[in-house]
Amino acid sequence: MVENEYETHEFDVIVIGAGGAGLRAAIESSAQGARTALICKSLFGKAHTVMAEGGIAAALGNVYPEDNWKVHFRDTMRGGKFLNNWRMAQLHAQEAPTRVLELEEWGALFDRTEDGHILQRDFGGHRYARLAHVGDRTGLEMIRTLQQRAVRQGIDVFMECTIMRLLTDGDRLSGALAYWRESGKFVVFKAKAIVLATGGIGKTYKITSNSWEYTGDGHSLALWAGADLIDMEFVQFHPTGMVWPPSVRGILVTEGVRGDGGTLKNAQGERFMFKYIPELYRAETAETAEEADRWFTDRSAARRTPDLLPRDEVARAINSEVKAGRGSPHGGVFLDIATRRDPEYIKRRLPSMYHQFKELAGVDITQEPMEVGPTCHYAMGGVRVDADTEAATIQGLYAAGEVAGGMHGANRLGGNSLSDLLVFGQRAGLAAARYALGLTGGVRIDAHQVETLAREALEPFERSDGENPYAIHQDLQECMQSLVGIIRIEGELKQAVDKIVALEDRAKKVRVEGHRQYNPGWHLALDLKSLLAVSKCITLAALERKESRGGHTRDDYPKSDPHFAKINVVLRQKKDQLGVAQEPLPEMPEDLRQLLEEKK
Amino acid sequence: MAASEYTMRIWRGDASGGAFCDYRVSVEPGMVVLDAIHRVQATQANDLAVRWNCKAGKCGSCSAEVNGRPRLTCMTRMELFPPGETITVTPMRTFPLIRDLVTDVSFNFGTAKQVPPFQPKPKEPDGTYRMQQEDIDRVQEFHKCIECFLCQNVCHVIRDHPEHKKHFAGPRMFVRYAALEMHPLDTDNRLELLKEKMGLELCNITKCCTEVCPESIHITDNAIIPLKERVVDAYYDPLARVFRKLTGTR
Amino acid sequence: MSPNGSLEARYPGTAGPTGMLRRDAWWVEPLLTVLGLGGFVVYATWAGFQNAFYFVDPYLSPFYSPCLSSNCEHVSLPLIGRWWNLSPAFLVLWIPGGFRLTCYYYRKAYYRSFWWAPPACAVPDVRTGYSGETAFPLILQNIHRYFFYLATGVLVFLWWDALEAFRFPDGFGMGVGTLVLLVNAVLLSLYSVSCHSCRHLCGGRLDVLSKAPTRYKAWSLISKLNEHHMFYAWISLFGVAFADVYVRLVAMGVIRDIRFF
Repeated sequence: MVENEYETHEFDVIVIGAGGAGLRAAIESSAQGARTALICKSLFGKAHTVMAEGGIAAALGNVYPEDNWKVHFRDTMRGGKFLNNWRMAQLHAQEAPTRVLELEEWGALFDRTEDGHILQRDFGGHRYARLAHVGDRTGLEMIRTLQQRAVRQGIDVFMECTIMRLLTDGDRLSGALAYWRESGKFVVFKAKAIVLATGGIGKTYKITSNSWEYTGDGHSLALWAGADLIDMEFVQFHPTGMVWPPSVRGILVTEGVRGDGGTLKNAQGERFMFKYIPELYRAETAETAEEADRWFTDRSAARRTPDLLPRDEVARAINSEVKAGRGSPHGGVFLDIATRRDPEYIKRRLPSMYHQFKELAGVDITQEPMEVGPTCHYAMGGVRVDADTEAATIQGLYAAGEVAGGMHGANRLGGNSLSDLLVFGQRAGLAAARYALGLTGGVRIDAHQVETLAREALEPFERSDGENPYAIHQDLQECMQSLVGIIRIEGELKQAVDKIVALEDRAKKVRVEGHRQYNPGWHLALDLKSLLAVSKCITLAALERKESRGGHTRDDYPKSDPHFAKINVVLRQKKDQLGVAQEPLPEMPEDLRQLLEEKK
Repeated sequence: MAASEYTMRIWRGDASGGAFCDYRVSVEPGMVVLDAIHRVQATQANDLAVRWNCKAGKCGSCSAEVNGRPRLTCMTRMELFPPGETITVTPMRTFPLIRDLVTDVSFNFGTAKQVPPFQPKPKEPDGTYRMQQEDIDRVQEFHKCIECFLCQNVCHVIRDHPEHKKHFAGPRMFVRYAALEMHPLDTDNRLELLKEKMGLELCNITKCCTEVCPESIHITDNAIIPLKERVVDAYYDPLARVFRKLTGTR
Repeated sequence: MSPNGSLEARYPGTAGPTGMLRRDAWWVEPLLTVLGLGGFVVYATWAGFQNAFYFVDPYLSPFYSPCLSSNCEHVSLPLIGRWWNLSPAFLVLWIPGGFRLTCYYYRKAYYRSFWWAPPACAVPDVRTGYSGETAFPLILQNIHRYFFYLATGVLVFLWWDALEAFRFPDGFGMGVGTLVLLVNAVLLSLYSVSCHSCRHLCGGRLDVLSKAPTRYKAWSLISKLNEHHMFYAWISLFGVAFADVYVRLVAMGVIRDIRFF
């Protein structure tokens, strides 16, 4: 029996990942009466959600009463270049306000309006000031609130525990195999339902705003268990990451800087975004600097600043400026708020940006411009789910947050991530609990499966000679950064596939020193599997989509193609064979379609 | 710009003991201590254990002691030290060592569980809450806490007197308590618990928690002392008690 | 880390490096504190015992103000009869003394520098046992606010003295001594008002500040001053000692007070 050999825990629902989505899912699942466990790779409360800065998008209408879910839905779909799962976008826009107010009920303290409501700030692609926020540390507020709520509900938390593989019993999900980072010992979770909330894939790239955790675990766990992934070609490069000094390259600079009045300038001091206004946004975007500045105070007479176009547009614009030789000394552009807002305002609205630049770059953002450039930030693609229940394409598996695909289409709007976590975290937790509580009988763990996986995981210790896992990871990051970056082209993508295959071979010969107890080299060696799997998925999907749209830009197909406007690229692994398919998008009902067509 | 050489003297060991190991690393401008540790890890000691996540001072994972001072290694720039210097990096001392720079910080999660949760007032008729910015400014400072546990680590009450661990919440949790007690919507009162079980009076306000806080939270002045003053209100101020009785105020 | 298992049981000791690893001059601050506070206490005690040279018309040394006993050279308020034949300073010095002794800043300062609990951050405590402020006598620190009330009373007299310092035997005027007493009163006021107890009583004890706008304003102002409480503590300490030295030297005839007008 497995139970005798390995530490074993049994739950109705296990939630993998303790960021916003995982926490919200676990809270909901436990509230439904399901025995719930929350399993996370890091310490509890350190998940990537803490790094979210700008805010939570929700059409509360506190600042602009004319805002409502329909406008939010429209903004989301336009931002996603209409490739979003319409039903997810609808649910998201409709339920985000409730989820935000619920956080307040649980103790969160958002910045306030004059009359005591939740204050909302402007962000790229959102027609109205819509982001509920706490200075520039909204994610921290959210994760603490949820964390404390989870503790109050007595949810079992397994921290510094990494899931290696989902276990199946026939075609049914039966649990997961994990290892304790601390001791290196294996642990088996028996579960009827599993919610993936593992976040993204940023660590496949060299320049990224993501932490070490973002190794695409959930994506690959789902893929290996037989579930579908969609939209993997869409990787969001956030336009503003730090570029200097080298060691902090990629660390995020919140869009809130631009939301609060900051502007992008090239080396000649030109506000270059006016040159890059796409057709879709022309009607509602200011044409002159004067109009753009007026917009901050007067919405009725002026159109919004192009500095707040959706992230894909801004990232491409910065990329072009730098390529044209108009970049800043360290290969970015300038983001200036110092000349536009007074120091007190900047420090109050953007305290952690002030701190971050002061401490890490020696730059006082109230006096000098920041140097910024694109940084890999978010995976729009992920596990294909049912919009209402977040159920993946295999029974018992659910996915919420960044690891789920569909909600954001080809490009995510800033602020829509935190709301996504809450809305779909709650829905996934609810559906998973109901599913698990409705199942009769226990689940069975396949001892042979566990044995095989455990043995495989320990192989790197046995090799007397082999590859350094850090070196393989670094080569993979170089490959993805240079060949599958912001601008892609068929030749390079094919080259990338070859390189990834070669890296897969090298990864099979990886060797680690030392013993199993808290051994980061070994942890990375195990993470390489998922890093390589998602890298391959991204590259294959990018090859398949022969057009440019949102977070996927092809130099060889620079235009959007109506054919691909109706297509999801789907990745599916059958018997170790990774297949790529084009499948039609879900059809949007007519009443929603009309919302999109309304002018302005 | 030229790289400079440093010697990183890092504690290697586990619960059964350990020793310092020296590693020579070259350091480019802008690098932080955590970068230097990562360089050692990637090139010289693959199994060197260190916790980290965001590398931007936002998650509070990479706490350690650099030249004997508790710090976030991701926010400590190497330029702080003259080139060629030997930089000592050791694990947080107050918590049991797991391996190398990684300690078992479960003490803090344990004390967090003992905090009586937020208990809000009823909502306004429209189903939301009203709060003014001036009511929450104070508490928002406390919510900045990234739970790096450096304050817990430096606090001499448990660092030098581990016998107090069983009845001392520590600075981090006092900040939590203060955030709840001063929350404009909260209705619970945790003063008796703080006085009797959480060791508020063990704190002798020597302010090391404030000194090490990477978020610059005024832990002592804004959280602990105001809590102590509230405890005085409730337990050590007979005049105020009489006054409250007479006027019927809280 | 498992949620329920206690790891303390598995790792009894911390097992990390031992010994003090700080390499900077951490001992400078406690040393300066010992010199500063120690010096002041020695001087104040000596000055209190002197029972002479504390008044030279129109200047009264703050160590002797308010002068409450009949044996005083310049009685502020005749509360105590002729039976008191010790220095009148001891009738009042305990008030500012107690105020400073129980002050949240000074507590930090002397716990660190005199008690060595701890001498500096991440420098080990010298003693093995520790009970904080839970037991007698340190539990008495909680009466700080009462000393604040009393010290505020004393402060009223010091302001009165400062105004009196404009009234020379030959009529209205102003000398360096007037300025010294005035500055002394200002510094002591800043120290008192910026006190943590005062901050609490003025508004800190409220949970919903917006409902009490006046107290909110007071609390905000005091909060700003409170950030510099340590600075006011030291500068007012030097100020009051200097005021005594000045009056004393003038009274002894060592220096001459310069009259502006």
